[in-house]
Amino acid sequence: MAPAPADSTVLQIRSSDDVVLIRQQVRARAAEAGLGLVDQTKIITAASELARNTLDYGGGGTMAMTMVNDGLRRGIRLVFDDKGPGIADIQQALRDGYTTGNGLGLGLGGAKRLCNEFAIESTVGVGTRITIARWK
Amino acid sequence: MARANTLLSQTVSDNEAVILDEWMQRLRQAGADQGGRINAAELQTQGRDFLSILKRTLGESSDVTGAAFEPLRELLADISRSRAIQGYSPRETALFVFSLKQALFAAVARRKDFSAEQLAQATWEASTMLDELGLHTMDVYQRSREEVIVRQQREIAELSTPVVKLWDGILALPLIGTLDSERTQVVMENLLQSIVDSGADFAIIDITGVPTVDTLTAQHLLKTIAAARLMGADCIISGIRPQIAQTMVHLGVELNVISKATLADAFALALKRLNKTVVTAKTPQAADSKAAG
Ligand SMILES: Nc1ncnc2c1ncn2[C@@H]1O[C@H](COP(=O)(O)OP(=O)(O)OP(=O)(O)O)[C@@H](O)[C@H]1O
Ligand SMILES: [Mg+2]
Repeated sequence: MAPAPADSTVLQIRSSDDVVLIRQQVRARAAEAGLGLVDQTKIITAASELARNTLDYGGGGTMAMTMVNDGLRRGIRLVFDDKGPGIADIQQALRDGYTTGNGLGLGLGGAKRLCNEFAIESTVGVGTRITIARWK
Repeated sequence: MARANTLLSQTVSDNEAVILDEWMQRLRQAGADQGGRINAAELQTQGRDFLSILKRTLGESSDVTGAAFEPLRELLADISRSRAIQGYSPRETALFVFSLKQALFAAVARRKDFSAEQLAQATWEASTMLDELGLHTMDVYQRSREEVIVRQQREIAELSTPVVKLWDGILALPLIGTLDSERTQVVMENLLQSIVDSGADFAIIDITGVPTVDTLTAQHLLKTIAAARLMGADCIISGIRPQIAQTMVHLGVELNVISKATLADAFALALKRLNKTVVTAKTPQAADSKAAG
């Protein structure tokens, strides 16, 4: 896996307090990147979903946060990593209403709809990496 | 590694009373017993306990981080913790250990039987030992302060979610803060209990103060709405800000419940459903003069 860029901040996801902290950090970074209130709320909510999945299904992990700034687009990119069981069928996991826990089964699909960029890499028995980005 | 610290242990056991006196004097000079949080007798007891354990420990070991020093570290942890809770500053807390330095150095310096080399060694050992114990004191202090903060946050979180009665049959729950912690369960149960106790027809859940609504938050809301319905109360959600509304649409969550922009709008709707109307008083002057008289 590619090393994290130099300006990235890595946060641990080990408890639901960490999920709260992640929302606060993402909010601060999104505002710094110049995202408007709606875009901020979208990426924060997506981050909340993925952080909680990382905690609940991935057995905890990390989130790395970097700025997106390539002249045209300004925003933030978030990478969630865990060493959990992995997702066998990604299409199924993305389907609205599909849950193996007690959730609504909307988090993963919802996060995808809330972002400009969304990618899942997952290997059964190895772990899951989900990358999202939101820019203006 | 567990070598007895003979020089220091001799010094402490031969001069315990003098060291204690000098130490207490230093502490008093530094104002350790001021502010009324601890009295001189209490301070004296803490000092005496500390020295008697120190004496015993030095007879066994010189390894401050080792097992022999455990009782001493425990005692310091207790002292440190209680000071953190009482609101002592880090400086005031660390003073307890650091002010022993001068007293101990002085006692070592008075040893006529020590060679110059032994003097230097004993001083050095006293210094490193007390530094280490001082750092330990600070560690515990810091951790205790953090615990205090976490506890206060919890208390605030619980305090900030009262169920309020707006009118006969109308309750409101103004939610503030994050909704995915354990407290959500408590808050929602409170609301349901209040519905039962008051036989309310309407419960207004105001989420103006909720920064994020994700699927977990939505699920908590959905469960509460369903449970309230079973108990004969209708829920109205108010205060969904535009950016939250948009996000909820993208997430695909539907609350299937009446929602109003503000708590006032929701209250007006509930009153209407209960066949109550709010009217402007026809004779405000009369009301005023009555109040004045
Ligand atoms: N990091 C992960 N590791 C392993 N499995 C995952 C991971 N993230 C999601 N999944 C699987 O995908 C399913 C769907 O996830 P999604 O977030 O959409 O729903 P949910 O978490 O079950 O409920 P909701 O997010 O609506 O509260 C999960 O139930 C889980 O089985
Ligand atoms: Mg989820």
